[in-house]
Amino acid sequence: MNYNDRLSGNEAIAFAMKQIDPDVMAAFPITPSTEIPQYFAQYVANGEVNTEFVPVESEHSSMSACIGAEAAGARSVTATSSCGLALMYEMMYVAASSRLPITLACVNRALSGPININNDHSDSMGIRDAGWIQIYAENNQEAYDNFLQAMPIGEHPDVRLPVMICQDGFITSHALENITLLDTESVKKFVGEYQPENYLLKKENPLAIGPYDLGCHYMEHKVQQAEAMKGAKKRILEVAAEFEQLTGRRYGLFEEYQMEDAEVALVLIGSSAGTAKAAVNALREQGVKAGLIKIRVFRPFPAEELAQALANVKALAIMDKAESFSAHGGPLFSEVRAALYDLEPRPRTVGYVYGLGGRDVTPEHFEGIYRRLLDIAAGGDLGPTYTHMGQRG
Amino acid sequence: MKKQGLVEFRWHGRGGQGAKTACLLLADAAFAAGKFVQGFPEYGPERMGAPITAYNRISDTRCSVHCNIDAPDYVVVVDETLLDSVDVTHGLQAGGAVIVNTEKSPDQIREKLRGWQGRVCTIDARKISEETLGRYFPNTPMLSAAVKVSGVLEEQQFMGDMEESFHHKFASKPQVVSGNMAALKKAWEEVQAG
Repeated sequence: MNYNDRLSGNEAIAFAMKQIDPDVMAAFPITPSTEIPQYFAQYVANGEVNTEFVPVESEHSSMSACIGAEAAGARSVTATSSCGLALMYEMMYVAASSRLPITLACVNRALSGPININNDHSDSMGIRDAGWIQIYAENNQEAYDNFLQAMPIGEHPDVRLPVMICQDGFITSHALENITLLDTESVKKFVGEYQPENYLLKKENPLAIGPYDLGCHYMEHKVQQAEAMKGAKKRILEVAAEFEQLTGRRYGLFEEYQMEDAEVALVLIGSSAGTAKAAVNALREQGVKAGLIKIRVFRPFPAEELAQALANVKALAIMDKAESFSAHGGPLFSEVRAALYDLEPRPRTVGYVYGLGGRDVTPEHFEGIYRRLLDIAAGGDLGPTYTHMGQRG
Repeated sequence: MKKQGLVEFRWHGRGGQGAKTACLLLADAAFAAGKFVQGFPEYGPERMGAPITAYNRISDTRCSVHCNIDAPDYVVVVDETLLDSVDVTHGLQAGGAVIVNTEKSPDQIREKLRGWQGRVCTIDARKISEETLGRYFPNTPMLSAAVKVSGVLEEQQFMGDMEESFHHKFASKPQVVSGNMAALKKAWEEVQAG
């Protein structure tokens, strides 16, 4: 039931959507995610899916259309990038707080300005607190696999939260690579049908979705939402286990690469993790105990699990492909460092902001960081904890 | 820190000439031959005629590296005029080769290559394209020249896979298939090594 093909990351997502055949897709094109609705619109035009395709006039509207459709009981999907995601900002909160398990394919791209079409994570990191589950991919295979797992996670009664499936714009979205696909019947069986308990068009139980909340109820709703996000971890791991049974491909909250005896390590997200693995391999050949952790699930944030995985590391670099202008480091740096606070002893940590606006990132860059970590691990000066990598001057 | 058995290509062309398509076709052909592939262009605002770069990695196991290729084994130059403005052999591995679309000889082209000492190959993709396809589509002959010079794929398998791929791609215009196949074969024969 698994078969080999070669697809770009965008083709892989569009193909996953085709296999799932959702009820509604509402989308507005934006580089580098444009190909996803473009390919999907072809499937619709060819009659290969039964989806209602809603070509809207903006991303605010595409998310609004998804919210309306999902609330009515229809499984809804969309795709976007960068400024498109920013334009959805208001509606992203409505989707999450209304507990509507919409699936969004986010093809990560830098935010303006200056205007830039290339990859970094500033778009999805900027919206990390909207209440969406966020799952990131290293390559086309993971983008496809994650998309297939999104609905069984988000639609589960214990979760009922929308899910963003992120991949790196151009770097994986436009790179043709080998991929192992599942046959459509297996996909349909794995993903199942969307069967919400309550929805707008259920005439036996009319309800309102997204009404006004007074102070006497608002906080209770937020706590329920927060509890759902906490509970999502368990469901993510259950779905990953079912997926492994089907495909043999194993997923967790994060991937541990050469971590068993690692003394120096990186924590990072996305395609650069694959590039960093080459540096780990080269260093391992020289006898250096280097490893890395690639974050797959950023929301919910796997704080306790990370603390456990990093407990024996001596020096750690946390890599952010987004600038948060906190004057203290990027969002991943802040969260990973906080997760390690209760460890005794704890790793010494430095943060880097890297790869902004498509700035190329090579194995040699990472090797340089590991060299610095080796020095810190040997008792050297920690040095600045908030620096940038790969810029001129 | 390059891994064993990995062959890397860098394509230089101008927007609209099909360098990106040739890069994706090479990935397709290598995939058909059972290889692990990457084919990706370096993206910016797309403008007709502006210099563009595209890359291929071809290997026997999956390559996890996702960065641009700074030290390729082979460089393919689809537009000769780029030699004036782009240092095409930058980082090119000593044992590798540069393949240029030109009517000039390898020796004449070498003079423009800023001291490159390694192999120089030339192919008149314009002539071949105009003879076989009736129009200037340099990417098909350049693809064939790149495969032959690099030896990354075996001739018979490559030609067979490409024919199948063209039949699929031009399902509505089968007459284009024979022209493209003729372009591949002619380029395979005519590429000159200096």
